[in-house]
Parts: sequence; C-alpha cells; structure tokens
Amino acid sequence: MLADKDRIFTNLYGFQPWGVEHAMKRGDWADTKSLMAVGQDAIIQQVKDSGLRGRGGAGFSTGLKWSFMPKEPKDGRPSFLVVNADESEPGSCKDREIIRNDPHKLIEGALIAGYAMRARAAYIYIRGEYIREAEVLFAAVEEAYAKGFIGKNACGSGYDFDVFVHRGGGAYICGEETAMIESLEGKKGQPRLKPPFPAGVGLYGCPTTVNNVESIAVVPTILRRGPDWFAGIGRPNNQGTKLFQISGHVNKPCVVEEAMSLPFRELIDVHCGGIRGGWDNLLAVIPGGSSVPLVPAHEIIDAPMDFDGLRELKSGLGTAAVIVMDKSTDIIRAIARISYFYKHESCGQCTPCREGTGWMWRVMERLASGDAEPHEIDMLLEVTTQVEGHTICALGDAAAWPIQGLIRHFRPEIEARIAKRRGFVSVPEIAQAAE
Amino acid sequence: MPKVTVDGVEIEVPAGATVMQACEAAGKEIPRFCYHERLSIAGNCRMCLVQVSPGPPKPQASCALPAAEGQNILTDSPMVKKAREGVMEFLLINHPLDCPICDQGGECDLQDQAMAYGRGNSRFEENKRAVTEKHMGPLIKTVMTRCIQCTRCVRFAEEVAGVEEIGALYRGENMQITSYLEQAVTSEMSGNVIDLCPVGALTAKPTAFHARPWELKRTDSIDVMDAVGANITVHSRSGAVVRVTPRLNEDVNEEWISDTARFGCDGLQERRLDRPWVRVNGELKPATWAQAFAAVKAAVSGVAGDKIAAISGNLSAVEELVAAKDLLTGLGATRLESRTDGAAYAGPAAHWRFNSTLAGLETADLILLVGADPRLDAPLVNSRIRKAVRRGGATVLRIGGGSDPSYPVTDLGDDLGLLAKLPKDVAGKLKSAQRPALIVGSRNASADVLAAAHGLADVLVKDGWNGFNILHDSAARVGAMTVGWAGEGVDALAAAAPSVLFLLGVDELALAPFGGATKIYIGSHGDRGAAVADIILPGAAWAEKPGTWVNLEGRVQRSLRATFPPGDAREDWTIFRALADVLGITLGYDNLDQLRTRIAGEWPELGREGLEPAVWEAATLTGKPAGATRARATDFYSSNPILRASPTMRTCVAEILEGRAPAILEAAE
Repeated sequence: MLADKDRIFTNLYGFQPWGVEHAMKRGDWADTKSLMAVGQDAIIQQVKDSGLRGRGGAGFSTGLKWSFMPKEPKDGRPSFLVVNADESEPGSCKDREIIRNDPHKLIEGALIAGYAMRARAAYIYIRGEYIREAEVLFAAVEEAYAKGFIGKNACGSGYDFDVFVHRGGGAYICGEETAMIESLEGKKGQPRLKPPFPAGVGLYGCPTTVNNVESIAVVPTILRRGPDWFAGIGRPNNQGTKLFQISGHVNKPCVVEEAMSLPFRELIDVHCGGIRGGWDNLLAVIPGGSSVPLVPAHEIIDAPMDFDGLRELKSGLGTAAVIVMDKSTDIIRAIARISYFYKHESCGQCTPCREGTGWMWRVMERLASGDAEPHEIDMLLEVTTQVEGHTICALGDAAAWPIQGLIRHFRPEIEARIAKRRGFVSVPEIAQAAE
Repeated sequence: MPKVTVDGVEIEVPAGATVMQACEAAGKEIPRFCYHERLSIAGNCRMCLVQVSPGPPKPQASCALPAAEGQNILTDSPMVKKAREGVMEFLLINHPLDCPICDQGGECDLQDQAMAYGRGNSRFEENKRAVTEKHMGPLIKTVMTRCIQCTRCVRFAEEVAGVEEIGALYRGENMQITSYLEQAVTSEMSGNVIDLCPVGALTAKPTAFHARPWELKRTDSIDVMDAVGANITVHSRSGAVVRVTPRLNEDVNEEWISDTARFGCDGLQERRLDRPWVRVNGELKPATWAQAFAAVKAAVSGVAGDKIAAISGNLSAVEELVAAKDLLTGLGATRLESRTDGAAYAGPAAHWRFNSTLAGLETADLILLVGADPRLDAPLVNSRIRKAVRRGGATVLRIGGGSDPSYPVTDLGDDLGLLAKLPKDVAGKLKSAQRPALIVGSRNASADVLAAAHGLADVLVKDGWNGFNILHDSAARVGAMTVGWAGEGVDALAAAAPSVLFLLGVDELALAPFGGATKIYIGSHGDRGAAVADIILPGAAWAEKPGTWVNLEGRVQRSLRATFPPGDAREDWTIFRALADVLGITLGYDNLDQLRTRIAGEWPELGREGLEPAVWEAATLTGKPAGATRARATDFYSSNPILRASPTMRTCVAEILEGRAPAILEAAE
C-alpha cells in the first residue's frame, strides 16, 4: 500500500483549489529551471531509469518513446508534444481528476517532457465532453503564461515553449494517437497507417510524441524525487504509482493513487470498502477499461494489479479503470453493451472494424437475449479473431477482446441462455432431476 | 536494393518498394481494393494482408509496408488465407446481392476476388445495411449501398482531379461516400472514378443498363476530343459505340481520360450526315453520291487553282488530310489551312509542338501559361501540371487568365503583350529555373506572342530539355501542320476570296467571310459547317475509320475502326479518292495500305507510331502588338460537333455549367 508521503497527486480529490498559487504550495513549479538544467538527454535517461510505462493503456516505456524523437531538427521542421487528454475509455476517469484538481502538474510535465524531446510546443487534446475540465485547463495555462512558466524563456530556462489546449469533438477514436493528430490538423479523426510513426512524421508532418496525461503529469515529481524513488514502488518492470479508477459494484467507487502491483483484494478492501455483498458475491472484473478482456472472480482476487500480472490472466492493466461486477450482473448483456460502444465508435476507415464491430454487436445482442443458435458462439469467436490484428489501429482489438474474454470464461452461461430461450432443459438440470 | 524472400523465392527489389510490389515482382498476385498505383496509399481495405517476418505476429497490409532487407514474406500461408477470407467476408456481409442487376457485373473486382479469395458461403444472418442514394451529377450513377468504402474516388478527386468534392460522411458502419452537398462533381475528369471504383457503387450514368461488358466489342482507339491523344478502348455493340474507357499509356494519358472522351461518344449516333446533300436554289436537297460528285465537278471545273482553297477542322485524321491535299494539288490548289483558331505558328515542327512532352512536363519546375487554359483545353495536361506542382513543387505563372486550374497559380495580367516585357522577377525566375516550361495556348499564338515566346528560347531550350510548348485543343492540328496544311492564315485566305472552298469538318470557324465561295463540306455531323455548305459529302467520325493521329507532342498514334459510318457516309479519304476519279485526277493509291505507304514516303515519321522529338531551330518572327486574350469559343462540353450532338454532354451543360436541377430535367423527359 502506498504511503501518503509517496503520493504524486496530492490534490487528487480537490480538497484544495487548483490555482497556481496553491499548486506552488503543493510543490509544483518549484525550481523547474533546475530540473531542466540537467539537460535533455539526462531527463530522458531519468525517465527511463524510473521505469515509467505509458499510462494510456499500452504500457510502452515513456523514456524510450521520448528517445525516438530526433535530437536535431531535420530540414527545419519543429517537433511537437501532444498530450492525450481525450479520456474516453469506458471506466476511465483519472485524467479528468488530474485536470480538474492538479492541472499545473500536467502543464509543468508538458514543459519538461517537451523540453526533453526538443519540442516547440505541446498540444493538449482534451475530450469534448470535459467542459468544466477544459475551462480549468484553459485557465491554468493562462496562469502559467502569466507567471512566465511557459511561453518565451519558460521558467527562466532560456527555452521557448508554448502550450495549446484543443478541445475534441467527442469521438473515442481520437484518443488513438494518429487519429488525434489527424483531428488536431482539422481532418476527420481516422488513424493513420504506421509506419511512418509519429516520431518521424506526426502533427503537420513534424516529429511528434503523443503521451497520456498521467504519464506527463508524473514526470516533474519523478525528476524531483529521483527515478530511484519511483522505481522503488511496485515490482520490477511494473514500477511507480498509478491512478486506479474503481467503478461498479464496490461499496465506495473511487479514483485512488496506489502503488503498482498492489493485489486486487487489497485495492478493493482498503479503498473501496469491499465488494458489494462481500467477496463471495464477486462475479468478474474488467481490470483496465472496457477494451480488455474480463477476468472471473477467482482468478483476479489475489492477482497483482500491474501490466505483467494482468497479462498473465490474459487481460491487461490498460488505463487501470477497474470495472467490478458482482453476481447481479447480466454479464452477457454487459459485454453486449461494450460491443455497442465499439460499433458506435469505430471510425469506419478499415474493413474488419467497420463491418466486424456491427456484426459482433448484433450477434452479442442476440446472445444476450438467447435468441441464437449454439454454433453462433463459435462463429462469433472466429469473427473476433478475424477482426483482431487485422485493422489499422487497436480499436479492432479492443472490440474483439471483451467478447473473447466473455466466451473464454462464461461460455456455459451463454449456452444456458440459448437453451432456456428455446425451452430446453439444460443437462445439469436433467442430472439433478435424475438424482 | 533490399533482398526479400517471397514464398521461398529470393528477390531483389528497388529501394523504397513496398511489400506488395515485392510480391508482384515475384509473380504473386496480391488482392486489393483500396490500393491504386496512382493514388496515395490508404491501407484501409485490408485485403492485401500478407505474413511478414520479422514483424508482429499478425498479418501486415502489404500495400503500405516498406520492403526491407531480409524480410520473409508469405503470401499463401494459412494465416494469410484466413485473413483474406475474413476481410472478404466482412466486405460481403453488407454488400447487396444485386450482381444480376449491377452494371459492374463482369468487371467487378469484388466479384473476381470473392471468387478467388472468398469462402463461398455466408454466415451473416443479420440485416444488410442500406445507404441512401447520393447525387454525383449527370455522369456518375451512384448505388452507395454497394460501396465498400475503399476511398479511391475520394483520393482521386483530391489528388489527381484537384477538386475536393468527394468525401466520407459519418463513421463506423454508417460511413458514406458522398459528393459535396450532393452536387455534381465539377471536375473535367470525374468519369475516371467509375473505372477506379472496384465495385458497382459508381457506374456510368449515361450507359446504365445498356450492356454487359462481355457483350461489347473492344477496339483500341485514340481520343480526339482534345489534342492529348489519350489512348482509349472503344466498346461497341450492334454498330454503335456504347462507351469509351482509357487504355494505359504512361507517356500520354497514364490511365485517365477526360469526361468528353468518355461520355461524348453518344454524339456519334446523333445529327449524323448519312447521305450527300446539294444546295439547290438556296435549299439543301438530299442527293446521291453521283449527283453530289457531279455538283463538285461542276463547281471546280474552269476554276483556277488559286481560287480553290481548303480548310481542315479539328477532327481530321492524317489519311484524309493527305488524300485531300493530293486531290487539291491535282486541281492546282495551294491554299490549304488548318489553323482555324488564328494561330500564327508555322515552320519547323518544334515551333508548334508540345516539346517538353506530357510526361516531361511533370519534371518542370517553373511553368508559364500564356493564353492557355489547360483545365478546359486539355484536362490531362492540367493533371500533369498539377502533379508537377504537388510532387515537384513547381511554380505556375499565368498571363491571360483562365479558369481555376486546381493548383496555385500567380496571375501576371491579362495583356498577352506582357510576354514580350516580362517583369524582372519573373524573367529572373525563368532564367534560374532548371526546367522552365512555357505553354502558349494555340488560339492565342498570334505572331507577336510567338515572337516574344521565341525570344525566350535561350532560356527554354537547354541540353535535354525543350520548354517551348504550344497547347493545342484540336486533335487534328499537329497532324495537319505536319502534312503541310498551313498557309498564310485564315484571314488571308478569306481575303483571297476563293470560288470553291473545301471544308474538312470545319465547324469552329465563322464562314461568313467566305460568302462568295461554293462550300463543299466533308464531315460527319450536321453542325455549323454543314449548315452553310453548298455540297455536303458525308464522312466518317473518328470511331468509324482507321486513322493516324498526331497528338500535341507530335506523337504518332493509330486508331482502329470500331463501327461503320451510318447510311451512305463513307470514310473520308475514300471520298477524296472517288472524287479524284470523277475529276480525272490520279492519286496513286487504291487502299489504306497504299495511302499509308504514300504518307510514309513523304513524312517518314508518320509511318511509325511513337514520338520523334523535334529539334529546335531559330526562326525569325515579327509580329504586331498583341490584343486581348482570346477566350475559349465554347464551353468544355461543347467544343466539337460530336460533343454538341451528344445528349450526355447537353445534360452536363445544363446541370454542371448552368446548374439546372436534375429533377426538373427528369420531369421534362
């Protein structure tokens, strides 16, 4: 369990005002100049040493990602940092809390990260529905400009750095990094083909790195307290603190900063007041936002909540948006609803996702009502494999995985529902009756 | 030069090649829908997936993946087979099963590839998606339910045609392709999206439900609607041309054709001259060939050679030009003219050709348009200029204005005299450019404009580069110039007051100045020329005769006969051959081979197909002060008698140029 002294987001719950004066009292913008003075490569090395893995879901080493940016501007093109605040994953609500209550952590992080990757400016792409949050962010950026923290000679470091806030239109796909770049350029938010990667050809054709809000916001604190401190939390390859967002059937849903690799049971018991109806009432957990496969209760209860631990359960940490479902949940309908979400948010660019998400959702709806043939379960599973890995971006995978998780763990439920709908008595019931 | 292995065969591919190109080099067919050689890579259909190692353990889109040293590519592994079947299944689940009534049937990529790579059955039991119909103008018929969202049409409109008028609306399975506000697409090459569309979503509206592709006879031909000489295939059935599609020729038209070339062909069935006519007491009366020839004989007998003249129009093949010239020479006539637009060029071939060549124009870094409107005069030249701008970063300057060319252009002014006294910075730019190209519109090529243009020859003509270009809009002009149909100009001809005037399909020239002459019109359509003629000899249109055509570059190309001329109309050169017998003149050839041997004897370059570059020779030219720019006499869809006769082109004028609502037109029908 994370000690209070190790918390990065000290105003996560908004007990204090977000404004710059209060943020400075909490330690933000404290001698940022000296953090930058160590040099660009040293900052990247420190972030690498801290073991920070991207907090947006994929879990790629943040320092390594920054090191892909060109050290010298090629043919006069500037570099850009894009901060992904298009938090649209169902279940995720961590970036919102950061922007609401600790926006200066993000802006300071953007400056340091932008400086480290030699970026000319940062574009913060905030989700369209985050209206109040966007207001806070606009105001916070104004404050930072007024204080001279960003802009010309940012923090007195001699480095010029601008921060722009851009409001999205509310499309989930714009959270994909290249679709976000397209959207920033004013085009239809559709993911680009990779390669070329954004670090080579990104925003306006310039080298660009896209980072999650949380990845950027933790950087100043990592540099202040040293990479060893950050790396000392959690377990190897899964280091640091993480904002967990627990929703669903727990007694006290919350967003909480915790150490990586904390066991699921401890996370729920300490911060959420336990599962609604007790641990025996737990049915399944979607541990990383709607994109990752669900994990049944018995597998997750004592699993460590980190990238590798959840991968072993054939799921993932994702954004650490933990969706808890107790036994009152109609798990098939729950996944059908997730399928509808992906069908609704598919950009329509590439074939498997455009056509597959709609098909999968329709079959899921019928499975949820039981109006299906038993062989359709296998067919649906095969359709998910035809979508997964065949698309331009990861939305196809994200649409396929929840269904695969459902069929992997709850196939008997689906079969029983089909049988019930058709008026058949299931085999176990016959066996029971025979006894 | 990376070395890759494709299905166990090691092959070396050029640097920068994609995996798909590597597979093709190895002789493997890769199915695709969205990929097109001439468009940017979209990578969205996912049909071209192959297995590549090293790489992620999932199939890769070969169209977008660069080939790299040491790659092991599998195109027939179980993973690839499954991927293709999967993508094909997805494409088909929402594709309507209306192949029996779809015009694309028989030439549909989706049909073909479903046969080759599909599973053969469907597991989709939900309802299929339907998409509301879109309106894309009088040329493109849309059935958007069939659309597979490959976005080829979107990319074509944006990249090649230069009109951002086709795009996608909505997202996910609701994504729809539409034109801007469902208005007609205003490109002069919009019809190419019909060929690009891999399914039956975009088909040709004028020929909807006319014929199946396998019922049509295909004949290789050359387009004569402009001077580019686009290579085309004429599809005909029952003696009528049904449609025209492009043929690949990298040097000329790549694989595009203009809308007039594609859709003007229905004008071949309308307003045809299918019998001779002779004017009696001021009124044209039907006649037999014998009566018409007798009338010609009566007209020319006793007339001195210098009182007999001939003017050729924009649609004459080299064969009839030579046969007519031989006949007129036999009559002692020397006044032959083809420059009906008043152009003053003459002399060496390089002075009236498009010397930088069409493909070469793409490499130009500075282009100066003088009284030329390439978008309307020759859309394919315009697309080459657009390419030079987009890919090579060429600068385009313009004197004399014109339509919006679809790329940035700096207008220097409307006075063509500017060419003689270019502003210092423009002259400097011309001088410092590596490959400057001057493009003078034929109708504005007056003597003084040409004199000024020749004055720039030092800058334009370099080692391996000749940037002096005349932009013709007449398919016959360069051929006519080659065989000597250039005299003192139309005005001088009128001043000489000929008694007999032969008109070879002359419909773009005001004939009032020739009021005193007996006008003998040889042509295919009852248009302006035939209306004022005294004797009409019905000829064949371009599709009805084998012909030699010289395009604006000077490229010699041959077309074949696709259909036969209607009624009593005859191939034009045979008319002159028969007339020679009546007039007692010996031409020395009795068939096409002999005529072509005769042509090749005097002009060897016309004896073989292809382009022989012309050598630049200086010539003295003096001119008068230039007047204002001469604008196009007609709109794009009405530039010759065939187009004026075409119902499709009339609809284009009404809908695209005049903006009349299609619904009203439909109601009127």
